[in-house]
Amino acid sequence: MTSPSVTLQSVTGVDVELRIAGPGSRSYAFVIDWHIRLILALAWFFGVLMLFGGLSRLLDDAPDPGPYFFFLVKLAPLAIYFLYHPILEIAMHGRTPGKRMAGIRIVSRSGDIPGVGALLVRNIFRLVDSLPFVYLVGLASTIFTQHNVRIGDIAAGTLLVHDAAESEKSFEGLRAATNGGGLNPQSADLAQELLDRWGELDDGNRTRIARSLIARIDPSASSESLALRSAEELRAHLVDLLTRGKAA
Amino acid sequence: MSAEAGLQAWLASRIASWQQLAPQLDRLERKRDHTAAEALNAIEMYRSLGRDLSIARRILPASRATRTLEARYAKLHAIIYRKPQNWRERVRTLFRDEIPDVVHELRTPIQWVSLLFALSTAAGWWLVSTYPELIGLLASEDMINGVEGGRLWTEGMLNVVPSSVVSTEILANNVMVSLFAFVVGIFFGLGTFYVIATNGLMLGAFFAFTHQHGMAGELLKFVTAHGVVELSVICLAGAAGTMLGESLIRPTHATRRESFQHATAKTSRLLLLCALLLIGCGFIEGYLSPDPDFPLLNRVIVGFGYAVVMVGALTGRLFGRKSASLPEIAK
Repeated sequence: MTSPSVTLQSVTGVDVELRIAGPGSRSYAFVIDWHIRLILALAWFFGVLMLFGGLSRLLDDAPDPGPYFFFLVKLAPLAIYFLYHPILEIAMHGRTPGKRMAGIRIVSRSGDIPGVGALLVRNIFRLVDSLPFVYLVGLASTIFTQHNVRIGDIAAGTLLVHDAAESEKSFEGLRAATNGGGLNPQSADLAQELLDRWGELDDGNRTRIARSLIARIDPSASSESLALRSAEELRAHLVDLLTRGKAA
Repeated sequence: MSAEAGLQAWLASRIASWQQLAPQLDRLERKRDHTAAEALNAIEMYRSLGRDLSIARRILPASRATRTLEARYAKLHAIIYRKPQNWRERVRTLFRDEIPDVVHELRTPIQWVSLLFALSTAAGWWLVSTYPELIGLLASEDMINGVEGGRLWTEGMLNVVPSSVVSTEILANNVMVSLFAFVVGIFFGLGTFYVIATNGLMLGAFFAFTHQHGMAGELLKFVTAHGVVELSVICLAGAAGTMLGESLIRPTHATRRESFQHATAKTSRLLLLCALLLIGCGFIEGYLSPDPDFPLLNRVIVGFGYAVVMVGALTGRLFGRKSASLPEIAK
C-alpha cells in the first residue's frame, strides 16, 4: 500500500509528490516535543525557584513574595509549555525540534509553507484534539482520516509531510560516475548510499548487500573471492570503486 | 560523444551547483527583504533546478540524488511562493475590514447566542430561587459559606492576591472559556450551546443566590465595569463556534471539510479581537472591580466606555472604517 501524498504543483511543469506523514511519525515528533517543552518548563521552574529560596517557598507558609514570584515561577513555565508549539511552528516555518528530528514538517494543502493564521488555528484546536486525555481524539483522527490529519489540521487546512533531509553525500556518489571510474550513476549512487548507511546496518545485512552490489558493478570481482572477504574488506572494495576514477 | 559520455559530462557540470544548493536555500529562507536581483536569481535557480530534476528523474530514477533534488526543489518552491509579509498593512486590513465583515456576517448567530445566554441566565436565577440547595452544584463551599456569612467572595480579593496576578489569572481563564466556546462548535454547534448555556446558568444562579442574602447589588457593582464586554466576548466566541457547526450541517463548499476549513479561517480572525478585548477586561477586573473605594458611577462610566470601544472595534470604526464600506450597504 502506498502512503498518501500531496502534489506540489509547479509552473515549470515539474511537480513533486510530498509524502504525508502517518500517525507513527506524528506521534514520534509529538513525544520528542513533549519531552523538550516539559524539560524546558521544569528547568525554568526549578531554576528560578532556587533564586526565590527553593522549594521551601512553595511548601512552607512563607510570606507572599509578590507578583514577580507568580510571573516568573508559575506563569513563565506554563507559557513555555503551552506556547512552545505555536511560537516554534511560526518561527521555524512549520517545523519544531521534534518534527525536525522525526523528519516531518507542516505544509498547506497545496504544499506551501502555511501562514501564521493557519498555524495558530491548528494550535487552538489542540483543545479538542487533546480530549478526553492524552490526545485520544487527535490520535484517532490521524488514524482514520484520509490524509492522517488531526482536527486542528482539518480546521487550518494543513498537512504534515515527510521532510527527510537527504544527504549531500548523494551527490558525492555521483562524482564517481563522472571521473572515469567505470561506474554508472545508479551504481555509484547505490555504493555511496551503502557506505553512508554502513554503521546503521548489522554485520550480516551489510555484508550480504555489499557482496551482491560489488558482484553487480565490478566484473573483475568473482563471487568466490567475495564470499571469502570480511565486512571491512568489502567496505574497502566499495571505497576503492568510488575513488578509483579520482586516483586515475 | 556517446550517450554515456554525454550523461557523465552533464552530471560533472551540474554536481558542483547542486552541492551549493543547500546553503543558498538556507540563506534565501532566512532572509525576508530580498532585492530584485536576488528574487530574479532565485527564479532562475528554480527553472534550472526544475530542468535538472526532470532529467535526473529519467536517468536516475528512485536514486538518492533525485530525492535530494526533489527536496531542494520543493524547498525553493515554498520560498518563492511564500506570501509577502507587510505586517503593518496586514494588521490594519484585519482590524479595519476583515473582522468587521465577519461580525457583520455573524449578526444572526450573535443574536441567537446572546438570547441563549440570557435565557440560561434567567433559568439559573429561577432554578436557584426555586430550589436554593442547587447552588451547591455550582458554587464552592467556601463561596457559599462566605455569602451566607454576609461576605461576597470578591471582597478583600486584593488583600490576598496582587492586582497584576488577579488580572493575569482572569485573562487566562476568560481566554480559555472563549477559545473553548469556539472550538467545541465542531460538534455541530452543540458544544458551543453547552458552554454558553452553562456560563449563563452559573451567572443567573450566582445572582439569585446573592439576592437571597441581600448581596446581589454588591455583585452587580462588582461586575459593572468589566461584565458587559466580558460576557459579550464570550457570546461573540460562541457565535463564531456556532458558525463552525453550521458549516458542517449546511456546507457552503463542495465538501464538509472545505466548508469547515473556510468557516474556521474566517471566524478565527474574530477571536484575535476577542483576546485583545479580554486583556482590557482582565485589567479592569484585576485593578478596578475589586477596589471597594472605586465609586459606582465610575464603574458605570468605565463599563459603558469600554463597551463603546468594543462596538467601535467590532464595526471597524475604531480603526478608520467608514460605514459605507460595510458589505451589505455596498451591495
